[in-house]
Amino acid sequence: MKNLNYLICILFGLGITFSSCNNQSQKSNGALSSSAAEKVYVAPGEQDEFYAFLSGGYSGNLTVYGLPSGRLFKEIPVFSQFPTSGYGYSEETKPMLNTSFGFIPWDDLHHPDISQTNGELDGRWIFVNGNNTPRIARVSLSTFETEEIIEVPNSAGNHSSSFITENTEYVVAGTRFSVPVPQRDMPINEYKGNFKGALSFISVAPDNGRLNLEFQVLMPGFNYDLSHPGRGKSHGWFFFTTYNTEEASSLLEVNASQNDKDFIAAVNWKKIEEYVKNGGGTKMPADYAHNVYDEETHTGTSTMKKEVITVDPTQVPGSLYFLPTPKSPHGCDVDPTGQYIIGNGKLSADLTVHSFDKMLAAIEGEKFDGDAYGIPILKFEDVLAGTVKSGGLGPLHTEFDDKGNAYTTFFISSEVVKWKVGTWEVIDRKPTYYSVGHLMIPGGNSRKPFGKYVVAMNKITKDRYLPTGPEMEHSAQLYDISGEKMELLLDFPTHGEPHYAAGCPAELLASNSKKIYRLDDNKHKYATIGVDDARVERNGNEVHVYMSTIRSHFTPDNIEGVKVGDKVYFHITNHEQDFDVPHGFSIIGQGTSEILVMPGQTKTSLWEPKKVGVWPFYCTDFCSALHQEMQGYVRVSPANSNIDLSWSLGE
Amino acid sequence: MMKKASILMIIGPLFLLGLYVFPLWNIMLGAPQYPEPLGMNIYIDGIRGVDEFDIQNIDGLNHYIGMRKLPKPEEMWEFSTFPLVIGGMVILGVLIGLLGFFEKISYNWFMGWFVLMSILGVLGMYDFNAWMVDYGTNLDPNAIMKLTNADGTPVSYKPPLFGHVKMLNFDVTSLPSTGAWLMFVGMMLTVMAFFVGKKAWKPESSAKSVRPIKVKTNEK
Repeated sequence: MKNLNYLICILFGLGITFSSCNNQSQKSNGALSSSAAEKVYVAPGEQDEFYAFLSGGYSGNLTVYGLPSGRLFKEIPVFSQFPTSGYGYSEETKPMLNTSFGFIPWDDLHHPDISQTNGELDGRWIFVNGNNTPRIARVSLSTFETEEIIEVPNSAGNHSSSFITENTEYVVAGTRFSVPVPQRDMPINEYKGNFKGALSFISVAPDNGRLNLEFQVLMPGFNYDLSHPGRGKSHGWFFFTTYNTEEASSLLEVNASQNDKDFIAAVNWKKIEEYVKNGGGTKMPADYAHNVYDEETHTGTSTMKKEVITVDPTQVPGSLYFLPTPKSPHGCDVDPTGQYIIGNGKLSADLTVHSFDKMLAAIEGEKFDGDAYGIPILKFEDVLAGTVKSGGLGPLHTEFDDKGNAYTTFFISSEVVKWKVGTWEVIDRKPTYYSVGHLMIPGGNSRKPFGKYVVAMNKITKDRYLPTGPEMEHSAQLYDISGEKMELLLDFPTHGEPHYAAGCPAELLASNSKKIYRLDDNKHKYATIGVDDARVERNGNEVHVYMSTIRSHFTPDNIEGVKVGDKVYFHITNHEQDFDVPHGFSIIGQGTSEILVMPGQTKTSLWEPKKVGVWPFYCTDFCSALHQEMQGYVRVSPANSNIDLSWSLGE
Repeated sequence: MMKKASILMIIGPLFLLGLYVFPLWNIMLGAPQYPEPLGMNIYIDGIRGVDEFDIQNIDGLNHYIGMRKLPKPEEMWEFSTFPLVIGGMVILGVLIGLLGFFEKISYNWFMGWFVLMSILGVLGMYDFNAWMVDYGTNLDPNAIMKLTNADGTPVSYKPPLFGHVKMLNFDVTSLPSTGAWLMFVGMMLTVMAFFVGKKAWKPESSAKSVRPIKVKTNEK
């Protein structure tokens, strides 16, 4: 406890020093100049220059913003139920949230990463990770909907994820918590030496993006915090920061902060891939869900997988090395050339930059500083390219521009620091409001960054907006980084808690964005393709309503013969083929949520009527001037009644 | 010179073949909620949407005000007759040109073709306009919205034959399209053929050849 108190005193002391500095620089900047307003002003009817995909953290969703305006365009449900669209409530999307733990309606969404080809953003998909019940999701960037979720077995706190290799060969998911592998009943205090950390390599099919867990590298029981791929010359390697190399299982804030240096783990995944291809690795029983949403059937299916290939890296010579890095490093970032690997020292004031070339030379020379569980540790001095001594405190994450500069967030001193890659000199620093976590430059973790803006995602909001009680949205800040000095342009609130973001130029996605689903491509099992197909069928106590919608009526809109205790499935097909004309469906006493059905799409809502009566349903989306007329009735009779099913429209 | 005129007369009617590929007329409907306007292209053999689902969406909107659905090709005799008429006129024009080329007939036939084509064109326009009047005013008595003018008469939704009108929330623009422009160029070529042919009649050219005399005998 004494250690902890000292640490807090030091941090507070430094915090005061830096906040006074910040106040000064704020004064010298004066009020925001009118040019800042012009830079973020996107006139009515005009469109933004960049898309920004911000992680929604504990909202479980991904949010889509425009830059430089900071306007919110969409919230994409991924790991959480979402009444707005019915995601996770509709029969079609419930399977998307299936796991080996059953239906899990929530997760903590982190670290969006856009697919790449040759190290450049290609705008096909965006990948995100569920941190809590480990999952990786793939979101389509033509429909902006979740298409696939794969659970990650043997993992816990899926945090050093979901980063992709430079041709989207793999999306990589590393465990934050080490756990018994396989899981078993054992004393917690026997952690050391017994727990394992799984780094999972999930392949992405180039044509349709389908995910497959190819292999898991079972690492020593450290915490694997963040990761990034090698690119260019270092393509084929993946780098992970570690903390808790002490292997503590309790009071980690002290016990995992004892070692002067932890490691960056450098994994040569090409070597391991080859090893597995040649039959290496151990097949281990596992239990994990693989959920796929099909755009043509508009339906998700969940499959349980029963096996995974695990690899002991000590069995694959040359596949894994540890690079000593001070001091519980958090972010692990690789510059656009692939030459430098940055360890953001979290509890250190400095950034440690390793050189990929030096690393290769050290490996070649076999200059090791011992080993950890049989994994060679390289000498710190041999791999070190330089240290950024910024004077800030609590570096967390680094992004890059296209002019050889890097930008690092400092959580404790609450600032973004710009520095020169190669010379390590600090060029500029700007305060953030307050306590910045991640930052994002569009393409800033690829071979080709678009270095015009940086978005800082702050953890603490305090007084930045009108107060809304104890709970507030987090706040992001936009800086112009086109000049030598950064310029703060804009504050905007974000939803949930953003843990990283990804951005790209608008033109990469805008023209591919789908406007409607084609009705003639709709292969949903319960679709009502022609209005004459609308009907109601009974199968035991299940009632299937094949219903279509078009402005502004349901077909059919009067249904009789439903009984208390029935399970009524409303399969709604939207016959519109016009952009931005969804119809919704809701019925009194609906135990799930409304569903919002896009043009050409079919969605199903389950209704279990509990009371006798005549119950209305209506369209939830203001679809036309006659939206209020878009309604109907279901007559619910007693369970023992013998009224036949009938349905009608306009009779 | 008569050969040159005849070649023009052969080429001119061939421009009408463009009507089988390109629309004759185009009507665009823009509105605040349709920043990308809906549009229909009118071909000699039917009406098609500018974008794939435009016809369906125009019909969907029109049902509010009680307009019938846009006709399918089989629902209007014009869409089966027009291609035959155009085809016939192309064959006739080329034939006249060829006969002119071999100096079997006079240049006046060129003008004759042009006049006939113009009459057919005007009749076509008249028919088209009559259909639009019917389509725009013959409304479902149970229409959802029954709008009237200040004097109590029902609002007409007839699209303009040519130009722009504001119709409720829609800006409707109706203009000739590629096919019509090609037809126009082709018809102008036949007029040119006539004048070139006529010039060939001048005494200095007639002095060089006896044929114009023969041609002249063909005339009254």
